Amino acid sequence: MLVWSRSGRLLIWVLFALIFGVLFLAPLAVILLSSLADQWNGVLPNGFTTEHYTDVARGAAWNAVKASLVTGFLASALALVSGTWAALSLRLQGHALKRLLGLLFFIPSAVPSVSVGLGLLVAFSHPPLLLNGTIAIVMIAHFVLISAFTFGNVSAGLARLSPDFEQVASSLGARPAYRLWHVTLPLLAPYLVAAFGLSFALSMGELGATVMVYPPGWLTLPVSIFSLTDRGDIFAGAALTMILVASTLVLLLGLERITARATGS
Amino acid sequence: MSAVAFTGPSVMDIDAAKIRGAGSNVHFDKVSVAYGAHVVLHPLTLDIAPGEILAMIGPSGSGKTTALRAVAGFVRPASGRIRIGATDVTDLPPYERGLGMVVQNYALFPHMRVEDNVAFGLRAQGADKALIGERVKDALATVGMATFARRYPRELSGGQQQRVAIARALAVRPRVLLLDEPLSALDAQIRRNMVEEIARLHRSLPGLTILYVTHDQTEALTLADKIAIMRDGRVCSHGPTTELYRRPPNRFTAEFLGRANLLPVTVAEAAGPKGFATARHGDALLTSAGRDEKAGDKSLLCIRPQHLSLTADSEHTNRIVGTLREVHWQGELTHLVLDVDGTPLRVSATKLPMALPEPGTKVPLFFAPADTSLLPEDAGV
Repeated sequence: MLVWSRSGRLLIWVLFALIFGVLFLAPLAVILLSSLADQWNGVLPNGFTTEHYTDVARGAAWNAVKASLVTGFLASALALVSGTWAALSLRLQGHALKRLLGLLFFIPSAVPSVSVGLGLLVAFSHPPLLLNGTIAIVMIAHFVLISAFTFGNVSAGLARLSPDFEQVASSLGARPAYRLWHVTLPLLAPYLVAAFGLSFALSMGELGATVMVYPPGWLTLPVSIFSLTDRGDIFAGAALTMILVASTLVLLLGLERITARATGS
Repeated sequence: MSAVAFTGPSVMDIDAAKIRGAGSNVHFDKVSVAYGAHVVLHPLTLDIAPGEILAMIGPSGSGKTTALRAVAGFVRPASGRIRIGATDVTDLPPYERGLGMVVQNYALFPHMRVEDNVAFGLRAQGADKALIGERVKDALATVGMATFARRYPRELSGGQQQRVAIARALAVRPRVLLLDEPLSALDAQIRRNMVEEIARLHRSLPGLTILYVTHDQTEALTLADKIAIMRDGRVCSHGPTTELYRRPPNRFTAEFLGRANLLPVTVAEAAGPKGFATARHGDALLTSAGRDEKAGDKSLLCIRPQHLSLTADSEHTNRIVGTLREVHWQGELTHLVLDVDGTPLRVSATKLPMALPEPGTKVPLFFAPADTSLLPEDAGV
C-alpha cells in the first residue's frame, strides 16, 4: 500500500473513479443508452425501446457479425502463426538482425490503417495479384495491421521463457519439432492466447483499412456501424456497436478462461 | 515435506550394471570456448572416469558451467574435442548425446504432471509404452516420489521438485548425468539432506558418471570422487577430493576449498624419509608435511581453521603465538580470528577454554604436523 492515510486513499479512489468513469464508462454508457433510446432530445433519453436491436437483427446485422467474426478469427489465426514463427526464428538470429527485423514487423502498426488499405488496394489491383474486391484482401489488411501485436506478445513470452526448459528437453532426447510442440508452445500458451485475444479485438474494431478494401457482401461490423451513423441512423449504429462489444467481450472472456485453465491459475 | 531418502529399487540396480559397462567416461581434449574475442574457457584437458563424480567448483564466471554446457551440447567449443565413451560428441546435437541434465531451477515442465515429466525423455525417444510405465515408476520410487506421480510441479516443494528433476534425468538411463548447481535454489537444511541423498543415489548407481557443477565446496567435498577447481576459465587444480583438500597445490585451491590459513614460512630443513620438513616463521620452528621444498625456500604453511587448537597435547606439537582480534560464536562452532605477525589466522573450535581470552591478548595456537602442508609461495595461481 503506497498511500497510508485514509483521506489519501479516498482521494485516489475518487480520482480513479473520475478518470475511469469519464474516459471509459461515459462513452460506452452513451452508446448503450443510444441503442435503447426511443428518442433523445434532452440530457437523458425520452424513453427506452429494443426496437433498434430488432431492426438491425432484421437487416444485415448478423451478416456483419459473421463477417467480423470470420475475418477476426482467420486474420488473428494467421497473425498468430506467422507472429509465433517470426518470434521463434528471430530468437536464433544475431542481435542486430533481430532488432532490424523486429522493427520491420512493427512498421504496419505505425502507419495509418487507411494508408495500409490504400497500399493494398493499389498493390493487389493488377494481375497476377488481383485480389481487389475479394474477401481475401480484407483478411490481408487485418493480418498486416494486427501481426505486429501477435509478434510483440509472443516475443515478450519467449523472452520470459527460461532456456532451461528447452535445453533440458533436448538433453533428454527431444528433437526440435518434439520440443517445440511439447515444451515451447505449451509454455507459451498464455502468451499465444493473449496475442490471439488482442489481435481478435483489434480486428473486430478495425475500420480504416477495411473501409478501403471491403467487397460488396462482406461488410464487417465497424463498416456497418460507420454506414449507419453516416446515414444519420445513430440509434441503429449504437445497437450494432453494442453487439460488437458483446461479441468481442464474450470471445475475450472465453479466451481468458482457456488461459486460466492452461496456466492452472 | 520431510526428507524422503532415495531408495534405489530393482530396475535401477539392474541398470547400474548396464551403465557400468557402457564406458561412460567423459574426455575433454583441449576444449576451449569463446564468445567472439572473449575466451570463457581456455583449452581444457580433463578426464572423468566411468562411474566417477567429478565436481567442478569455482567462483562465478570461472567457466565451470560453460564446461558442463559444452558436454551437454549447448555451447559449441571454439577448439578441441569432447568424447563420451568411445563417441566423439563434439558435433552431435544435444538430443543425440544420451545425457541427463538437472539444472538449478529444476525446469520441470509446469504443464505436465510429475509422471509425465519423468516420462518425457522416454516419450521423446519413442520408447515403448509399457517400458515407459515401468521406468517412470522405478525412477520415482528411486527418489522417493512415487506417491506424487499425479501432482503438478506447482504442488510440490523445492526439494520435491528437485527429486522429480533427478528422476526425470535418470529415467532415460543417461550415459552421463550433468548436475548444474542442482541444490542452489534450496534452503540450507534441505540442501544438506539432498547432498546426502544424492550420495546414496550414486551408491545405488555406481556406474553412473556424474559431472557436478557447484560453487558450494561442502557439496563438492561430500559427493565428489575428484574435484576440478576453476578460475578465470582455467582449471587451477584437479585431483582426488581428499588429496586436494589435504595437500592443496596452490594458494587459490587452499583458500577456495576449506578457507585454509596460509602462513608465510622459510623452509629450514627439507622433508626427510617420513615426509616432514621444518620451516621457520619468525622465532617459531614448525614441523609440516613437506613435498620437494629445499632449505631456504619461501613457502606457505597451509593449515585448516579446525586444525588449530588453543590447547596443547601430544599431537599438537607445533606452537605459534598470535593476538586475538575477533570472536564469533555460532552455536556448535566458535570462530576466532588471530593476527600472527600481520597474517590473519582463522580458528574454528568446537571446544574452548571456559575463560576465553579478551580480544587484544596474546594467545598460543597449537597444531599437528600431519594436519599441515607446504606449498610454494609463488604458486598463487
